[in-house]
Amino acid sequence: MTNLTHLTIDAARAGLKKKEFSAVELTQAHLSAMEKGRKLNAYIVETPELALQQAKQSDAKYAAGSPGPLEGIPLGIKDLFCTKGVQTTAASKILEGFIPPYESTVTAQLFRDGAVMLGKTNLDEFAMGSSNTTSAFGNVINPWKRKGDKTDLVPGGSSGGSVAAVAGRIAMGATATDTGGSIRQPAAFTGIAGIKPTYGRCSRWGIVAFASSLDQAGPVARTVKDCAHLLKSMCGHDPKDSTSANMPVPDFVGALKPDVKGLKIGIPKEYRMDGMPAEIEKLWQQGIDWLKAAGAETVEVSLPHTKYALPTYYIIAPAEASSNLARYDGVRYGLRVPDDNLIAQYEKTRAAGFGAEVRRRILVGTYVLSSGYYDAYYIKAQKLRRLIVQDFLSAYEKVDALLTPTAPSAAFAIGENEDDPIKMYLNDVFTVTANIAGLPGLSVPVGLDAQGLPLGLQVLGKAWDEQTVLNIGAALEEAAGFKAMPEGL
Amino acid sequence: MEKQLVRKIARLARLALTPEQEDLATTQLSNTLKWIEQLQAVNTDGVEPLASVADIHLPLRKDVVNDGNCAEAVLANAPEQAQGYFVVPKVVE
Repeated sequence: MTNLTHLTIDAARAGLKKKEFSAVELTQAHLSAMEKGRKLNAYIVETPELALQQAKQSDAKYAAGSPGPLEGIPLGIKDLFCTKGVQTTAASKILEGFIPPYESTVTAQLFRDGAVMLGKTNLDEFAMGSSNTTSAFGNVINPWKRKGDKTDLVPGGSSGGSVAAVAGRIAMGATATDTGGSIRQPAAFTGIAGIKPTYGRCSRWGIVAFASSLDQAGPVARTVKDCAHLLKSMCGHDPKDSTSANMPVPDFVGALKPDVKGLKIGIPKEYRMDGMPAEIEKLWQQGIDWLKAAGAETVEVSLPHTKYALPTYYIIAPAEASSNLARYDGVRYGLRVPDDNLIAQYEKTRAAGFGAEVRRRILVGTYVLSSGYYDAYYIKAQKLRRLIVQDFLSAYEKVDALLTPTAPSAAFAIGENEDDPIKMYLNDVFTVTANIAGLPGLSVPVGLDAQGLPLGLQVLGKAWDEQTVLNIGAALEEAAGFKAMPEGL
Repeated sequence: MEKQLVRKIARLARLALTPEQEDLATTQLSNTLKWIEQLQAVNTDGVEPLASVADIHLPLRKDVVNDGNCAEAVLANAPEQAQGYFVVPKVVE
């Protein structure tokens, strides 16, 4: 029999429909792979019993001839999505042991459509990080290694467990979230695809909040088409999230075609950064050439405020985080460090429960929102936010989408970039603008660097135009023919 | 960035810091603020602050109870509870 864990979601659906294998067999194959892949530390909690029970139900649905669109497809669920009856921690000690009495809207929709949950995937604590080294449950290891070098590399972050599981063939796809690049950068680091849809496409209800005006859920999977399958189920209006868009969800899969004829693709000149590795520059040019050869026209565009996007983000995101994380007070759920004095209890609980990066961002956020500094920092950043949005709106008057590298480097070793937070933040330099502007962005794997590590290109689109983004991604995927896999799989 | 200010911020954020963490936070906050200071170079006169890109009017609904009767679920994760309430240290003298 074919190796079931190597199938795409698209192929697995077809195989299940034709009864070539059962949903239980497919899930079992992934559960066995999960055991062998534990060294990656991709999962915080494994849910094999639940997975097999869901797979049995899926087989019954296939037998009855009424399977859902994702019937029997085994997925990893980022441990930022509340799952009813299954521990949800946001990779933080402060939520260890928290068992949500409710299901997030996104996971509820995936289960409605037949998906099987293999477990809850690891991440940076509260999704704050670009290397998955801030998790309270240990680092995630990238399944990829440099050629001839055994050094453990980071999978990127924050959705590090999700991408390691998918790249390591211990999930067919996974949910992820993206506040500053947390879907796209890790997808690029592990040679898989991932899309952050337009802000408002996916309900945020039941997702542990980081920065509410930037957070958006999306899928990671091994192909653009697989991403389209998952995205279709994850999106949709939800009255429980007031920023959820009340508009129809397109048939992302049915309308998917690797066709870019006649499209105008913008190449933002400000993304040519000093010190960018030559390989990334080369790959970007290769992407431009592929799109041209496929019939698209590429045009240089300017996004003049690009260089201010990161500092803008590192005001807005911590400000929102410091407000959102105020709820962790040791009273209603999560960790409590008892004290006779209530305020001392808050302070001790939060000091013990939050890790260093989370504490750092809470302090920055509290500072920029505090009296006397609010206008100089927070309001200033909100004004920059408008200018950055306007940059995109002007560019999109001339072009249909933009092409950029996803990240300024390939995956790096665990411990690298740790000395200086700002150096770590630079990982998000190409991705963060899409969060500030609420726009859809896709990372697609297109090649390997000289050390044998995967690199990705990013397609950014107009608001609500995920379809064009997916189609351009599919065209790049077809042109690149990326088939490389981590060694040992 | 003065250590005094870091203490004030930590207090506002309800975060107990050890003296070591205070020192580290002072350095890191200073560096971060120095870095974000570059925004001051941009002329933003007349630019309206943008809080969210969501081009969505907050929806209104009838002011009626649409949820509830789930005290058990609400309390299920409480570190300490008694008689249907969350328990906290005494705050009234």
